[in-house]
Amino acid sequence: MSAPPNPGERRLPSLGDAQGRFASPCGAFSPAAQSRQRIRHVGLVWLVLAAWPFVAGNDYVLSLGIFFFINLLLIAGLNLVMGYGGQISLCQAGFFGLGAYVSGSLAVKYGVSPLLGIVAALAGTALAALVIGLPALRLRGNYLAMATLGFNAILSVLFNELIPLTGGPNGLAGIPPITVAGYALDTAGRFFWLAWLAGAVLMVLLAMLLASRAGRALRAVSGSEVAAASMGVSPFRSKLAAFMFSAACAGLAGALYAHFNQYASPETFNFSASVLLVVMVALGGWGHYWGPLFGAAVFTAVPELLRQFQDAEFLVFGVSMLVVLLFLPAGIAGIAQRLRERGAGRAARRAV
Amino acid sequence: MDQLPNMLLSGVSTGSIYALVALGFNVIFKSTGAINFAQGEWVMMGGMVAAAAYAARLPLGLAVLGALLVVVIIGLLSERFLVRRLGKPTPLTVTLVLIAIAICSKSAVMLVLGKNPASLPGFSGSEPVLWLGMNIAPQTFWIVGITLAVMLLMHWFFEHTVLGQAMRAVAAQPEAAALCGIEPRLAMALSFGLAAGVGALAGAIITPLTLTSFDQGTVLGFKGFSAAMLGGLGSLPGALVGGLLLGTLEALAGGLISSHFKDAVAFVALLLTLFLRPSGLLGRGEVERV
Repeated sequence: MSAPPNPGERRLPSLGDAQGRFASPCGAFSPAAQSRQRIRHVGLVWLVLAAWPFVAGNDYVLSLGIFFFINLLLIAGLNLVMGYGGQISLCQAGFFGLGAYVSGSLAVKYGVSPLLGIVAALAGTALAALVIGLPALRLRGNYLAMATLGFNAILSVLFNELIPLTGGPNGLAGIPPITVAGYALDTAGRFFWLAWLAGAVLMVLLAMLLASRAGRALRAVSGSEVAAASMGVSPFRSKLAAFMFSAACAGLAGALYAHFNQYASPETFNFSASVLLVVMVALGGWGHYWGPLFGAAVFTAVPELLRQFQDAEFLVFGVSMLVVLLFLPAGIAGIAQRLRERGAGRAARRAV
Repeated sequence: MDQLPNMLLSGVSTGSIYALVALGFNVIFKSTGAINFAQGEWVMMGGMVAAAAYAARLPLGLAVLGALLVVVIIGLLSERFLVRRLGKPTPLTVTLVLIAIAICSKSAVMLVLGKNPASLPGFSGSEPVLWLGMNIAPQTFWIVGITLAVMLLMHWFFEHTVLGQAMRAVAAQPEAAALCGIEPRLAMALSFGLAAGVGALAGAIITPLTLTSFDQGTVLGFKGFSAAMLGGLGSLPGALVGGLLLGTLEALAGGLISSHFKDAVAFVALLLTLFLRPSGLLGRGEVERV
């Protein structure tokens, strides 16, 4: 077909490179230099974010900051699968719930310490992803979307029906807060720093991962599976690892959520939530390193802003997703990047 | 065990609906390679619009036809103004657009027609018919009959009409079909119209039995999708076999094992199909392993 190339589609594989912007004269495409640059930027951004508890004013606004970091874990993990792996996962909310219930139920029903619970949540979600990904990712095409869709639905049924473990539709109440060295993180002011740290660690890990051999392999796979395979990269193994990593991110987010909220109920983790997370990845800019930051900000702030329109919330999400897909295929991060490039170009012209 | 015939019967009628939904998935999958997340919402719309039209004192037949027309138009408009605007549609981007369309459709229906469940009267009353010792709602006959008729009609359309053969040609080899003078865009538009129409019909004929509301579409869509996978994605007879099999399995699991886990049956079937036989029961093994 002679259809014109879609700019967003064409740019996807190379988005991670952010060509030009970070290029130093001698190492224009050096992944290591780019990674160091990104980590420096993460440091700056997280310093700014550290001001949140001091400007928030009350615990409610402060807790929005915590939810921002939890959403960031969810969306950044999903971005790895969607943006770099080229596969849709429709189970991110399911893994989120799995993490929350594994850690929450262990603590409530068996008295396991939350820190051990978090480890169990990470292991449990990664294992679940392995079981789903192993057969689904072996097939060429979007079979991961189909398998994860089914898996999220099954998880939802289990959250609702395994009442002795999960509390069923009434939810799991009385989840204890995380205690570090006898110090309970039981208020928003205390918990904020844990969430803040988790977000920073993930962003640094992602920067390092994307520059590493495994990350470059994943990007090669998203460019062309055949080409990647011919260079000795296994598309299957790359995508499976990305999927497991992204599920573990959701597991961590779930455990943090459960111990902060001290309550979890099944509808938080249903299929629609998974779809919205996919929307947020697209909205932020999939395959953009900074995209999830925008996606998480939108996902945290917009429901608060739209509370007055209650019912219209989903319509706004749906329409904005259409606008992004059709007119801004690179998402919010793409707009930001274009503006920066334009600014840089102008500055360069002025210098000449 | 005396409940068994009734269970099978309800399985067959729900299964027929799954088969129609699966048919819609297949038609769009064939033409775009995408998973149509809006399929379930079109089903819900068919039921809701028909119920609203009937509540506005339209005769039943006209209400159903009207709903069909409205949803087909929505399907065609979605294709013309949204999917087609994607410069180079890949299965991934088309799927994402369809997810967005599904979200919009669901909330638009909620805003326009409200959150309350809506109902329709049975097409030939609600007096149960005694047949083979079972009390059967007459709507069951309508559902099974209409499903079979639609399936046969589709078979005839795709096998024996020029348009249907053209659509199959585009699905198989878009470039070659275009060289033969077939407009690929036309085939795509047709597939959206067909899928929306079949979905709306399914929604309208099931509403007298189960009621409908704005949030019913998603689950119905996924069960239909599981049926399509079970039968073999892209296969017409597969849709019928997958739908009926899934409906029956679900009814049996709900009746004999536990009604709590009934909703998981379809998704366990979906996962098992993916793991054991990704081309489905009647698929032609087009799935490629890497």
